[in-house]
Amino acid sequence: MYPENLKYTEDHEWVRVENGKAYIGVTNYAQDQLGDVVFLELPEEGEEYEMGESFGVIESVKTVSDLFMPVDGKIAGVNEKLNDNPELINEDPYGDGWVVVIEIRDESQLDQLMDNQTYEKTIE
Amino acid sequence: MSGENKKTPLYERHKELGGKMVDYFGWALPVQYTGIIEEHRAVRERAGIFDVSHMGEIEIIGPDAFPAVQMLIANNAKKLEDGKVLYTPICYHDGGVVDDLLVYRYGEDNYLLVVNAANKDKDYQWIKENLSKYEVDIVDKSYEIGQLAIQGPEAENILQKVYNEDLSQIKFFRFSNTGSVGEYLCTVSRTGYTGEDGFEIYCKSQDTPGIFDLIMEAGKDFGLAPCGLGCRDTLRFEAGMPLYGHELSPEINPLEAGMKIFVDLEKDNFIGCESLQEVVEEGVKRKIIGIEMLDRGIPRQGYPIEVSGEEIGTITSGTFSPTLEKNLGIGLVNREYSEPDKTVDVRIRKRLLRGKTVKLPFYKRKRR
Repeated sequence: MYPENLKYTEDHEWVRVENGKAYIGVTNYAQDQLGDVVFLELPEEGEEYEMGESFGVIESVKTVSDLFMPVDGKIAGVNEKLNDNPELINEDPYGDGWVVVIEIRDESQLDQLMDNQTYEKTIE
Repeated sequence: MSGENKKTPLYERHKELGGKMVDYFGWALPVQYTGIIEEHRAVRERAGIFDVSHMGEIEIIGPDAFPAVQMLIANNAKKLEDGKVLYTPICYHDGGVVDDLLVYRYGEDNYLLVVNAANKDKDYQWIKENLSKYEVDIVDKSYEIGQLAIQGPEAENILQKVYNEDLSQIKFFRFSNTGSVGEYLCTVSRTGYTGEDGFEIYCKSQDTPGIFDLIMEAGKDFGLAPCGLGCRDTLRFEAGMPLYGHELSPEINPLEAGMKIFVDLEKDNFIGCESLQEVVEEGVKRKIIGIEMLDRGIPRQGYPIEVSGEEIGTITSGTFSPTLEKNLGIGLVNREYSEPDKTVDVRIRKRLLRGKTVKLPFYKRKRR
């Protein structure tokens, strides 16, 4: 449910670092709590955000929630598939349901994120 | 979730079926079992069963029951006869809405009001205060009565398997209180809150699990789905049915809410009548309309509606519509903007997104 190779935030997002870039998505717990995801408001490529800043919105049938940037970074790409298939968040939160990919500004900020075991304890 | 919420008689069933429990005005109820969209589609295509035991039931009984009910409700109780159901708003003196409810006539001097759970205590106080000079007993039966709704094109076929009277004899907005589901005597009405054909079943609280089990078993071959509050809301929304706290409130009168056919200004008198007559004379200032988004975004309750930078109304309900697969809203707007097919802007967070006004309801079932 919570892969070992990812880092996690208190806002129920995950981060996967790949070649100096970081993929960001929401955790299995988050998608389960949200229920059917029906809409995402995503940032533009090139926009810069600070750690903790809202970079987008995720909406389920009944709820509207902010997406928060796990570390400082610049948007290098967004998952365009989510525009037509927001349900990918529910179906494959760690794979096809990724949300954005960023260029990390300060790799040391990654140390402030949780590993899978710590994260799992927060949602028990 | 806090353990202090009230439990309906089906609480254990919800847990067993994997319901995601939420606090709904102090009641522990499932918002969904498998998913709102899946449950929504089950009701539109087959059938769904809902626990609505949280709804309030208030009895008005006694020699003055008819004039008392007539004074209370905005619709005309003369339309009722034994075995008939009437939908009506009840109003404050200023015309604002106390609640919207169903009136069941069991006898000339015996009525049952089915009210919103969130308003039940307020309603009971309001009724007690305002009907004190009538010779009636006003009794809160909410904790003695369980309620289920079975809704969808297969609802009749499923319920008929376990109900001992002929359901085809129960027409729209009529009920029978002489039949039983299995061994359990109950009241069955052809009513609902989904825009589909279906029934609501009232029984002794302790009989609710037994009836639920029998219907679930009977529904196996029909694809009957247990359904939560989530799809109850999206279903009523598509069908253009108002929800108290959204399209109806103390600040919105029933004429603005498009409920003219449920308000009888010709009858002798009722609470709020004078104010509503004034509204008619001066012209209704606001109206409830549908909005279909043209830009990408979901309108939600409280979002401003604008035209040329001027605020002309507010979204009262909005969601992604599972049946129409569109982002839709219901809004209360100044009357001059209430015609269909007008372009409006909805302020969604920082952005202004385009939508157009459309007629309600968004969805109407095909009569079979």
